[in-house]
Amino acid sequence: MELYGPIFVLGGIGAAFVVVSMVVGAIAGPKRYNRAKLQAYECGIEPTPQPAGGGRFTIKYYLTAMLFIVFDIEIIFLYPWAVHFDALGVFGLVAMLLFLVNVSIAYAYEWRRGGLEWA
Amino acid sequence: MAVFADTDVHLAAPPTAATEAGGAILTNSWLLIALPLVGAAILLLGGRRTDGWGHWLAVLLPLGSFAWAVLTLVELLGMAPEDRGVPVTVYTWFAAGDLTADVGLLIDPLSITFALLITGVGSLIHIYSVGYMEHDPDRRRFFAYLNLFVAAMLVLVLADNFVLLFLGWEGVGLASYLLIGFWQHKPSAAVAAKKAFLINRVGDLGLLIAIMIMFTTFGTVAFSGVLGATGEVGQGVLTAVGLLILLGACGKSAQLPLQAWLLDAMEGPTPVSALIHAATMVTAGVYLIVRVGPIFEAAPAAQLTVAIVGAATLLAGAVIGCAKDDIKKALAGSTMSQIGYMTLAAGLGPIGYAAAIAHLVTHGFFKAGLFLGAGSVMHGMNDEVDMRRFGGLRRAMPTTFATFGLGYLSIIGVPFLSGWWTKEGIIAASFDYGGLTGQLLGTAALLGAGLTAFYMSRIMFMTFFGEKRWAEDAHPHESPASMTIPMIVLAVGSVALGAVLVFGYRFAEFLSPAIHHHEHEFDLAHMLTAPYSLAAVGVLVVGVVIAWLRYGRSAVAETTPKGNFVTVAARNELYGNTINEELFMRPGQALTRAMVVVEDRVVDGVVNGVGTGTRDSSLGLRGLQTGFARTYALTMLFGAAIVVAILVVRF
Amino acid sequence: MIPLTDSVPAAAIASPVITEEPPSIDYAVLSPMLVVFAAGVVAVLIEAFAPAARRHSIQLGLALASVLGAFVLTVLQVGAMPDAEAGMAPEEVAGVTTAMNSVAIDRPTLFLQGTILVLSFISLLLVAERRSGESAFAAQAATVPGSEEERSHVLAGSRHTEVYPLVLFALLGMLLFPAANDFLTMFVALEVMSLPLYLLCGLARRRRLFSQEAAVKYFLLGAFSSAFFLFGIALVYGYAGSVNFADIHEAIETGGSTLFVGGTATPLLLVGIAMIAVGLLFKVGAVPFHNWKPDVYQGAPTPITALMASGVLVAAFGAMLRVFLMAFGAAVADWRPMLWVVAILTMVLAAVVAVTQRDIKRLLAYSSVVHAGFVLTAVVAATPEGLAGALFYLAAYGFTTIGAFAVITLVRTHENGPEAADISQWAGLGRTSPLLAGALALFLLAFAGIPLTSGFIGKFAVFQAAVAAGATPLVVVGVLASAVTAFFYVRIIVLMYFAEPEGAGPSVIRAGTLTGSVIGLGVAATLLLGVYPTPVLDTLLPQPVEAALEPGMATEDGFTR
Repeated sequence: MELYGPIFVLGGIGAAFVVVSMVVGAIAGPKRYNRAKLQAYECGIEPTPQPAGGGRFTIKYYLTAMLFIVFDIEIIFLYPWAVHFDALGVFGLVAMLLFLVNVSIAYAYEWRRGGLEWA
Repeated sequence: MAVFADTDVHLAAPPTAATEAGGAILTNSWLLIALPLVGAAILLLGGRRTDGWGHWLAVLLPLGSFAWAVLTLVELLGMAPEDRGVPVTVYTWFAAGDLTADVGLLIDPLSITFALLITGVGSLIHIYSVGYMEHDPDRRRFFAYLNLFVAAMLVLVLADNFVLLFLGWEGVGLASYLLIGFWQHKPSAAVAAKKAFLINRVGDLGLLIAIMIMFTTFGTVAFSGVLGATGEVGQGVLTAVGLLILLGACGKSAQLPLQAWLLDAMEGPTPVSALIHAATMVTAGVYLIVRVGPIFEAAPAAQLTVAIVGAATLLAGAVIGCAKDDIKKALAGSTMSQIGYMTLAAGLGPIGYAAAIAHLVTHGFFKAGLFLGAGSVMHGMNDEVDMRRFGGLRRAMPTTFATFGLGYLSIIGVPFLSGWWTKEGIIAASFDYGGLTGQLLGTAALLGAGLTAFYMSRIMFMTFFGEKRWAEDAHPHESPASMTIPMIVLAVGSVALGAVLVFGYRFAEFLSPAIHHHEHEFDLAHMLTAPYSLAAVGVLVVGVVIAWLRYGRSAVAETTPKGNFVTVAARNELYGNTINEELFMRPGQALTRAMVVVEDRVVDGVVNGVGTGTRDSSLGLRGLQTGFARTYALTMLFGAAIVVAILVVRF
Repeated sequence: MIPLTDSVPAAAIASPVITEEPPSIDYAVLSPMLVVFAAGVVAVLIEAFAPAARRHSIQLGLALASVLGAFVLTVLQVGAMPDAEAGMAPEEVAGVTTAMNSVAIDRPTLFLQGTILVLSFISLLLVAERRSGESAFAAQAATVPGSEEERSHVLAGSRHTEVYPLVLFALLGMLLFPAANDFLTMFVALEVMSLPLYLLCGLARRRRLFSQEAAVKYFLLGAFSSAFFLFGIALVYGYAGSVNFADIHEAIETGGSTLFVGGTATPLLLVGIAMIAVGLLFKVGAVPFHNWKPDVYQGAPTPITALMASGVLVAAFGAMLRVFLMAFGAAVADWRPMLWVVAILTMVLAAVVAVTQRDIKRLLAYSSVVHAGFVLTAVVAATPEGLAGALFYLAAYGFTTIGAFAVITLVRTHENGPEAADISQWAGLGRTSPLLAGALALFLLAFAGIPLTSGFIGKFAVFQAAVAAGATPLVVVGVLASAVTAFFYVRIIVLMYFAEPEGAGPSVIRAGTLTGSVIGLGVAATLLLGVYPTPVLDTLLPQPVEAALEPGMATEDGFTR
């Protein structure tokens, strides 16, 4: 069983991190609740527009967030390619172009279907 | 490894030689099955378009099968007796790697006997049904199911391996289920159909497990492979296989303890009761036991159990038959009892096989005739089944009376009629079995003969003799020719067939290549002088006289009188249903409930309990999870823990 | 803490060499997947630029054409496969790997891909079915259920033609999942398959909240299981120094990396196998990872449920077979007890719980769980026979289950009502629509494994393989479980034919051409595979390699490396 030592230690550290950070947060943090603090964002801006029944954000937030993630990931892929650009040669170039085209297609879809219009 | 067709173990003759000799008739014996199957398909898929002519097609196709069976019989008779086991490969069902499953038929004296009985009596009952079901709006569907039944039953008896047999076994179960519940508008019919189906499943499960054990033990499910290798296997396995096969046979043949469905099955239309629940399907268990004879011979304990089950059922069925006022249920009790005779004989081993099959064949004729007669009576009496509302019908329905009467004389064993020959064969075989066991079994058979005489005479007197106790709107009349002609043919069989088969050992010798028959004493002189034969005639007379005193001479009450505890028990089918409920249904329901509780309470409870423990620390995360997704995730987590634990912890 | 040895040279933990040469890619063997992917991309463009009125017909045509084309390409590849003959080296008949060994195209792959393509084609027919202007999908899924906005979209006849590209992307994932030859490709395939499905689950037209709840649950639990899967990949990589299946197989045979002082990294492997198993068992829905199935099957639009119950199950089991029989094939003694337990739990628990189900889709979901248990017995066998049996079972089950769900889409509580969910509402169907009820009865009998249906051959094949591999107790449990399942299948048949309907009984929509052909195909496949399965068993499935070949040389698991 001692072979499992490292795994147990790793698991223990993981669990301890969760427990410690929550306990420390609960103990050390000042608890002075007021109306503003209990709102969705501490900065106090109400999400707009207010949805029916409350509790739902408008879909526009998600669209923007997703668009951000799409381009974020595109950048992440572009970096290593750019570093190795000359070594990867034509194959790498074509592959990257195809990737960019695919991302753009998703973007085109969002744009054409009104995902970027903030009404 | 050829699984279904084991060519290493030869049958009596090298298959190729036999096939060449058989020619086109034998190689195309799949037609026997295909004809009625096509009929069922056309009628079911054709829909209302076939309403006008469908029933005639359904009559013609089994007749075609019958003709083909006759040709096959002629072909077989033309061969040397030891060559009369011909395997016919229809096609390769599936083959995966070294595993090959052929769909194969086995044409031998035993299977062709059944094929003739099924198609012959089956065709007669089809013809009868044309008249009987004339006013039923769903006649087409009825005939489709009947054809389906004939096809499935032929698959059952012609199969050369256990899997194909099981297929037919399930097929007849399905057809029986559909036909018992044919009149769906009657809740009792639906319940009866369900009951038959469920009880049969118990037996089927036994047969299925038996097949699996055979497959693992012998590496094949072909008859030739299994039955040829019984000497190489331990007795424990064979006893287990034998008892499981017996369980299957009990389910299908309504033997104790799986007998309860047969009486309820009488909710089906009467031709169904005649064909399926008297002449053919319910005898499948006997066929199976005789077919796997070598297994039982190598497992004496299982074989003795068969005989005991048969003896017990023949008495129980007879007792039930004595008390029922419903003519069909009384006949159903009689069917149970007669199949008990066959099972008893099959359980005696080689000396009883021929007797069992001979009685099976003659029973197919006289019992089918009796049921058709009962159907004819019901047809004339506005579907009345209570015998206390019959009486004096012999003048209103002379043909029915005559044919029913001949069947009656045959079943009670009046000397020289069919039933006498074959039943005497069983009684003689029982006493010849030897020892105390033989004496006891023989005595049970004799007692059963007396009871048979009593309950059949009771039916006869209550229905055809005495005062008219008819309902006010009853106008009994003779049935049309399409119904009476089959009854007449069957009556002729009830009279003469037994002598044709038994006299001079014809049938036993014909069967012997297929069933490892051994000679036993059955010559006419002996039959007429042996003490038990005389006793059989004696109990016959006693039974008839008692019945006459109670139901012939004195008036029959129009309502069921209160009886003593024996009568009440018999009317309640010896509490078979109650026993089933208490022993099987309740525990089964309780088990299901318990498992649901386990799932609801224990599994969820454990998960929730652990969830409660971790709740305080996960308060902050709680808002993210809704409903039961949390529970699910926790279940998965514990599942993962279990999976890890099993992999990591060494046993 | 046990220190890591510092004496291990870096090369011993074989790091994958990043080649700067362009990888050789055999586009021909990848063509079915490429066709489906290209069609998906074009479908997105159509969504972006085609006028709304014509989108549906274009999308449907494109989707069907691409799936058909991919199927033809797959069949052509089967034709190009050399026939296995005695004396040939197993490598010659095994198949090829391409794209840096990340994708393996061999007989099991082609069989699975072909099956998935056919099943997806059939599902697409169900997806496309519209009756009186109403499909199974929400008019505008983004609207709040019950809101005025939703009603206006319904009245305007809005429809989500995005369903088609989503199905195509999911199909791409399904095709890649069983073909993946390393864990990273497999993980990508898993996600490509799952993400569109999460979305599709939430698009049901009726009972919207239910559907959305199902989608969220499926997503959360799916993400949870993916995390397990990924963690397992990391651990196995730690053990083998590679994510490639063939390398992992070899690493297990040679004892793996010597990461730890005085021993091997076996713990990494075992925990890794466990975690990967959790991810895969979740996808096939084995107990105790099955909880999502009833909720999701019930909530999702029925055509999507049909796709999940057939195509996704086939793909997930295909991947599972490759992982356990090939990658972890040398550690079979380690994982077999675990799968024993899971298979028994799956068959017994699901069968028993299914008995009390009232909702037809939930019942079929539990039945799907039970069937997953049956297929697991073939995985436990870990033999070529087991592989062949499992593949046949999956194909047979896929056709039957799609047919069953197709029937469900037709039966409604009343005219223009929602689908009849509670099984008591099915009473009397046998009288009003005998053909439809007969088709469903056939499917249910096939589920129960009655002979002459495909279900029987499938059960026989997997149970036989399990018995041959010495797992007889497992098969006994399996047979008992199938007896229990037979009970509730037959109960539905009894209900349809012999029970008195409540009120007027269920109302049946006239089957459109599309749904009608789906049911017809289901019936035909169920009967054909039951009565004459020889062609499939003989020619399509990977055959066990002849024992005459030199021992040790044969790819005994039937997969290419």
